Amino acid sequence: MSLHSPVLAVVIPLICAFLALLFGWWRKNLCYPITLVALSSSFLASLNTLHTVITTGTIRYHLGNWNPPWGIEYVVDHLNALVLGIISCIILVVGVYSKRSVEQELPEKIVFFYTLYLLLATGLFGIVVTGDMFNLYVFLEIASLAGYALIAIGEDGAPLASFRYVIMGTIGACFYLLGVGYLYIATGSLNMADLSQMLPELYDSRVVLVAFTFFMVGLALKMALFPLHTWLPDAYTHAPSTVSALLAPTMTKVGAYVMIRIMFTVFKPDFSISLFPITSILGWLAAAAILFGSIMALAQVDLKRMLCFVVVAEIGYIGIGVGIANRTALIGAILHIVNDVFMMACLFLAVGAIVYKIGTRNIYRFRYLHRKMPLMMALFVAGGLSVVGIPPLCGFFSKWYLILGAFKADKWIFVAVILVSSLLNAILFFRVIENVYLEPPEAGRSLEEIPTDEAPLSMLLPMFVVVAGIILLGVFSGRIIDVVIQFAIPPSI
Amino acid sequence: MEVVYSISPLLAMLASLMGAILILFAGERNRNLREFWTILASVVKFSILSSMAPLILAGKTIEYTIVNICPGVYLQFRVDAFGMIFALLASGLWIAVSIYSIGYMRDLKEHAQTRYFFCFAMAIFGAVGAALSANLLTLYMFYEILTISTFPLVAHKETPDAIKAGRKYLAYLLTGAAFVLFSIGLTYYLTGSLDFVAGGFVGGHGSRNLLRLLFITFMIGFGSKAAVMPIHEWLPSAMIAPTPVSGLLHAVAVVKAGVFCCLRVILYVFGPNLLSDLGIWLILAYFVSFTVIMANLIALTQDNLKRRLAFSTINNLSIIILGAALLSSNAIKGSMIHIPFHGFMKITLFLCAGSIYVKTHKELISEMDGIGRLMPFTMGSFTIGALGLTGIPPVCGFISKWYLCLGAIEAKQLIFLSVFLISALLDAAYFFPIVYGSFFKKPNGMNPRFNEAPLLVVVPIVVTAIFSIIFFVFPNAFLSFFKMATIATHDILGRG
Repeated sequence: MSLHSPVLAVVIPLICAFLALLFGWWRKNLCYPITLVALSSSFLASLNTLHTVITTGTIRYHLGNWNPPWGIEYVVDHLNALVLGIISCIILVVGVYSKRSVEQELPEKIVFFYTLYLLLATGLFGIVVTGDMFNLYVFLEIASLAGYALIAIGEDGAPLASFRYVIMGTIGACFYLLGVGYLYIATGSLNMADLSQMLPELYDSRVVLVAFTFFMVGLALKMALFPLHTWLPDAYTHAPSTVSALLAPTMTKVGAYVMIRIMFTVFKPDFSISLFPITSILGWLAAAAILFGSIMALAQVDLKRMLCFVVVAEIGYIGIGVGIANRTALIGAILHIVNDVFMMACLFLAVGAIVYKIGTRNIYRFRYLHRKMPLMMALFVAGGLSVVGIPPLCGFFSKWYLILGAFKADKWIFVAVILVSSLLNAILFFRVIENVYLEPPEAGRSLEEIPTDEAPLSMLLPMFVVVAGIILLGVFSGRIIDVVIQFAIPPSI
Repeated sequence: MEVVYSISPLLAMLASLMGAILILFAGERNRNLREFWTILASVVKFSILSSMAPLILAGKTIEYTIVNICPGVYLQFRVDAFGMIFALLASGLWIAVSIYSIGYMRDLKEHAQTRYFFCFAMAIFGAVGAALSANLLTLYMFYEILTISTFPLVAHKETPDAIKAGRKYLAYLLTGAAFVLFSIGLTYYLTGSLDFVAGGFVGGHGSRNLLRLLFITFMIGFGSKAAVMPIHEWLPSAMIAPTPVSGLLHAVAVVKAGVFCCLRVILYVFGPNLLSDLGIWLILAYFVSFTVIMANLIALTQDNLKRRLAFSTINNLSIIILGAALLSSNAIKGSMIHIPFHGFMKITLFLCAGSIYVKTHKELISEMDGIGRLMPFTMGSFTIGALGLTGIPPVCGFISKWYLCLGAIEAKQLIFLSVFLISALLDAAYFFPIVYGSFFKKPNGMNPRFNEAPLLVVVPIVVTAIFSIIFFVFPNAFLSFFKMATIATHDILGRG
């Protein structure tokens, strides 16, 4: 069992996607349990993988027993085991949450929703576990296509936003595919481990340099790194609540993971840091992303749209860590991938619950919300404070490592950027908190008259899990780094 | 120095955390239960803390490690004499303020009382946590918890003015916190350690100018909470909060945490030797001396009682920092004991202001003529507090000021001696007209009959006032503040 767990994590949701479609024709309400079963098995398989990696080291799984470099190989080391574990956890949690929200927002499309949901999960898991460049492209497309479709079934404006995303996303995928092709021309291999052996001799080759550039541009598009983020705010704003809550934490972070993988595994760290100055470019772009995202978020009155720009800024944090490219900063970047998955899930899930209950996302209409939904709002505040960077919530600790890394690299300006953006985030979230908690009641209406109208348990429970995750990830960040993250960083850095 | 490993610091912290959670669960429907949790948590917390005091007085430190954060930095409590002073002050006054709050909030039929008591408990959690922290990162964590949990208290009234004050509060303090985080990151980068060491630990790392920059950013960061001019503006604005909150802000937790952190940085991060070597203490001393005098001059012009008290607080906070900046043993001792003594006196004054508000809804000093005849206990206590802050025996303020003056002489800085003396004169100039007016002027339009505030309000006032006197006669009474300050000073200077 434990031998096959990486592949099970991918295959179970894939098979269940078809099962959901089949059984969905017969009984609509079977889709939800099928999805949950699939996602929980994936989650267990991921945990098992993570455990195996921690105890015995990197897992190499040869699909169909074909030996690499000809066959496809799944390679799970500390980095992707961690990402896999976190992502499968969040996908499961959002899956549990989806029931009521989907029933309300997409009553006609439940079957398609869950089928696509499982396909998306398959794609994301596949991207994370694979050790083959072309196989990664396939999963990238599975995830993206499912993502386009899921976004398009949202509210008015969603088809257009999805169309823009299709175009941008396809361009990104094309860049990636061209990169893979160029590497194949140069080396004749698609296996990552194989490539990393062969490439150092070819680092002067123009083909390889162009391939690397294509990878970076393609992935920057996929992970919505400023200035290639333009598709993200529209797409995630108009998507159904659950879809945003699924995509915002996972999709961009998986993109960031692939970027780290290509920069530091497929290519050697020396190449990405010194031979080809991608890291310094990335650092500055990321700094711009942080400031741009935070400032644009200030201008939004739609909570979900505001959070979309926060996502852009959060991607910037990961980018800045990769851009600084020393050990401490990379710890920060990887820790931030983990933390951000939970923080964004928390915030977007809260938005979903607000929409479910009051039907608006305008933050100036959130009056009395703390009366109606006291628990949900308290959990939202926890997520918000984590983004601001209040210890002991997890958001602080990744910032801490990023700041330390910036100091070590003598990039004081990045320290300033991170601190300023924390302040901007504070303004952002306290603006919402003020509107929820501190708006004085209208004349002649006492607060006691407003009945409690809490979100259903299927929404609250996932929120509790996520917030517990935010707190635990914060308190035990040192332990996570000791056990997992420090091994995820290439030893040559 | 002997280190004792014990779980007591964690238990003391959990007492208020659990208290806060139970308060939340009790809610508005079970107000008596909720208030019971408040009182219980405060008493339990204070008892656990005082149970640690004998060990501290024996010259030991108590340590408890929760979890590792990054190499060399732990989420860790280490109780030393200086931290103990602040922890005992905060938790001791929490009992008094809790009792008072119950009377005050119920009498005024305030809204959102659950939120109020919850945030109050969290604020104390943060303040005591800061006091017990073993290193800068743990300190920062509790410092932030304190900042965030005080925000709803400042904005409690939810009027546009109150919300504005809350925003101002956050803007100043979170910006300050960003400076602090910068400084902590830099400290870790330079030294690889964040643990407090009596006498400092950053010496010998980094260039002198870098250390000067570090000191300045630290002081800007923590100074924002200690309301050092020109970053004090949030404090007078925050006076819009309910009076017990002002008491908490001024006397118990918030600004005191600010000066506490400043002193931690001055004495336990940089240390007297390094500061006198860098020559930066003199700049700090002049800087806060300006605040000392200026705050008192502004206080003279304020007619709103709470605002006048606010400027008096700004004055006293800077006096504490000035004492530490002088780096002489008596001055350090004086500034350390001024933290609890000022706490007791200032909370008396604030609670008096609240008591007057509860009974008469008056906030302006010019309207308070003759009020001493209505409320003799309140105004009697007020007089004691005012005498103490001016530095007149037999109130404990005299003792701390005495040591501060001795310290200025010891440091051979007569100019700062005159700063202390002038500020005491100015204290007298703005406090005594209030006392005079309330007892000797004829009340206009008021019925001069005995009409005291509710019992739950008056008793804490009288108790804190009596304590202010007891601490003059026996500076070591009950909590041994003086002895602890001596131990802490000895640790700092003994090593340096």
